[in-house]
Amino acid sequence: MFPEKLNVPLGKWVNRFVDWLVVNYGDGFEAFADSLLTVLVWLEHILRGTPWWIMVIAIAVIGFHASRSWKIAAGLAIAMIAIGTLGLWDKAMQTLALMIVATSLSVIIGVPVGIAMALSNRLRAVMLPILDTMQTMPSFVYLIPALMLFGLGKVPAILATVIYAAPPVIRLTDLGIRLVDREVLEASRSFGASRRQILWKVQLPLALPNIMAGINQTTMMSISMVVIASMIGARGLGERVLMGIQRLDVGAGMEAGIAIVLLAVVFDRIGQAYGKRSQRSPLAEDKS
Amino acid sequence: MSYIEIRNIFKIFGPDPQTALQMAKAGADKDEILAKTGHTVGLHDVSLSIERGETFVVMGLSGSGKSTLIRHLNRLIDPTSGEVLFDGTDILAMSISELNAFRRKRLGMVFQRFGLLPHRNVINNVAYGLEIQGQDRKTREDAARNWIERVGLGGYEDKFPDQLSGGMQQRVGLARALATDPEVLLMDEAFSALDPLIRNDMQDELVKLQGELHKTIVFITHDLDEALKLGDRIAILKDGKLIQTGRPEEIIMHPADNYVRAFTRDVNRSRVLRARTLMQPISDDDNINASWPRIADDMRLEDILPVALATNGSMSVIDGQEKLIGILSKEQVIAALVA
Ligand SMILES: Nc1ncnc2c1ncn2[C@@H]1O[C@H](COP(=O)(O)OP(=O)(O)O)[C@@H](O)[C@H]1O
Ligand SMILES: [Mg+2]
Repeated sequence: MFPEKLNVPLGKWVNRFVDWLVVNYGDGFEAFADSLLTVLVWLEHILRGTPWWIMVIAIAVIGFHASRSWKIAAGLAIAMIAIGTLGLWDKAMQTLALMIVATSLSVIIGVPVGIAMALSNRLRAVMLPILDTMQTMPSFVYLIPALMLFGLGKVPAILATVIYAAPPVIRLTDLGIRLVDREVLEASRSFGASRRQILWKVQLPLALPNIMAGINQTTMMSISMVVIASMIGARGLGERVLMGIQRLDVGAGMEAGIAIVLLAVVFDRIGQAYGKRSQRSPLAEDKS
Repeated sequence: MSYIEIRNIFKIFGPDPQTALQMAKAGADKDEILAKTGHTVGLHDVSLSIERGETFVVMGLSGSGKSTLIRHLNRLIDPTSGEVLFDGTDILAMSISELNAFRRKRLGMVFQRFGLLPHRNVINNVAYGLEIQGQDRKTREDAARNWIERVGLGGYEDKFPDQLSGGMQQRVGLARALATDPEVLLMDEAFSALDPLIRNDMQDELVKLQGELHKTIVFITHDLDEALKLGDRIAILKDGKLIQTGRPEEIIMHPADNYVRAFTRDVNRSRVLRARTLMQPISDDDNINASWPRIADDMRLEDILPVALATNGSMSVIDGQEKLIGILSKEQVIAALVA
């Protein structure tokens, strides 16, 4: 037996810290939660209020804009209609709203963090283990403090999704910037570009394909969080999967599962097509 | 004082350069320092002066410190010790914003692998330096178009670098460096990545441009033929040390050591040696035969040869003012060829 005297009461400390957060910053968390909720509710309202055929057309148009291919646009429209025929349209829109908010938040946080990591080796050394932890820690572990701070509902679901889904966009932003050719950077410096100019005119544009790939992965991961998110009160497709499990209704669970996959495929195709286009300015293809 | 002065530059690469620097100053060489401290000596006590308007070539084998040296001129690399003076100003004392202003206005650089921005088309690559300076779109695009035309790329304005051949990409690199009208052009093995024929074209293009522009050019190469073709003066580096500096003929006629001799051995001497170097100077024109052919003092051996073969006597050498300055015999010409 390991001597008990040597036990470190880490669990107790964490509890005390979370209590302290709740007592001292509870109001701040509540304000933050409220604003996040406002955005989510507003988006959900719009998505669910829009007639289904407008949504299908919108998805097809976005698909065509991204890929310049009628086939892909048509495929995406069919996938969306299939979700409708499964009777899960409304739930899918709830999931979509959650996903859009979580992905946007991941990108808004992730891209600047990735940039900072690329520019500072020290920050990178600190961040890498944190990112590993974010990805490997079972989500229930950080759901507990999130629940204590924000209560059951959509906000902790979004935060849990962000924690789980943000690492790819952070990593790939960092990687993309670090992969920028040394000689190109040197050339830029030799013309007297400031760090800011180098970042905006050289590093970010050249890292864009990687950043887009990161955003795509982040989107996929946030879709895969919908089931877990539903356990803490987020509505949507995950709710149906959960219900299927609880009632041993394999069919219902399967339907919801297929709808999740279809949604993922739609966004994966759109994301990949934009990623490909960002590899070079669209001008190039037009003129050559 | 010269236009650009480099004084006693040492550059040591590694985490703790000071110890290695002391060893280098005490006379230890590159291999010894690498073995004892793990530090790489990039440059070892290099001093140079470069004059305004000249094409100064730095030559040496791979790893001899050429790139390190040229990057000291725009402070892409800071020395471990030593001074770099530009037109009397100590560039090592500049703050970051002063340094950026200095790079923007006065220097242009061309890179071995071109260093073009792959996400920008030709015109926006060429306009890059002007964009960094904060010029408005119209000004910079007008200037860029002009330079694209001048380097022979008219019509390719909207192409992207990966749609161009190597030679064309380097023309873009050259136009980009010239677009800001810098005083000094830094060229780090600018033509080394190109095929021999294209390389030759680019050398001719540079000679032509330089005839019109009269920039100060610092040109790095590992190819002696290129050095001899372009350089007003040549400096030779070996293991970070400066071995010899001189005019092309001096390097050929009097190589400082075996390292330099190895470079010069295969060179086509008839393209380098000129009448001025080979002739016998004279103080009076008593023993000149008026029927001898007259040749200019900067005529190359390869052009002198047919003249020499067609004459029975010697040749008289005249300078730019048509003044007689020496005589050159057929035997001297042949001796110079076989030496
Ligand atoms: N950033 C660096 N870190 C460590 N060593 C370097 C670095 N840059 C150059 N060196 C070393 O300095 C020496 C000179 O390099 P360089 O100037 O690139 O040579 P050249 O351009 O003549 O081929 C080489 O031994 C090289 O390995
Ligand atoms: Mg080099």
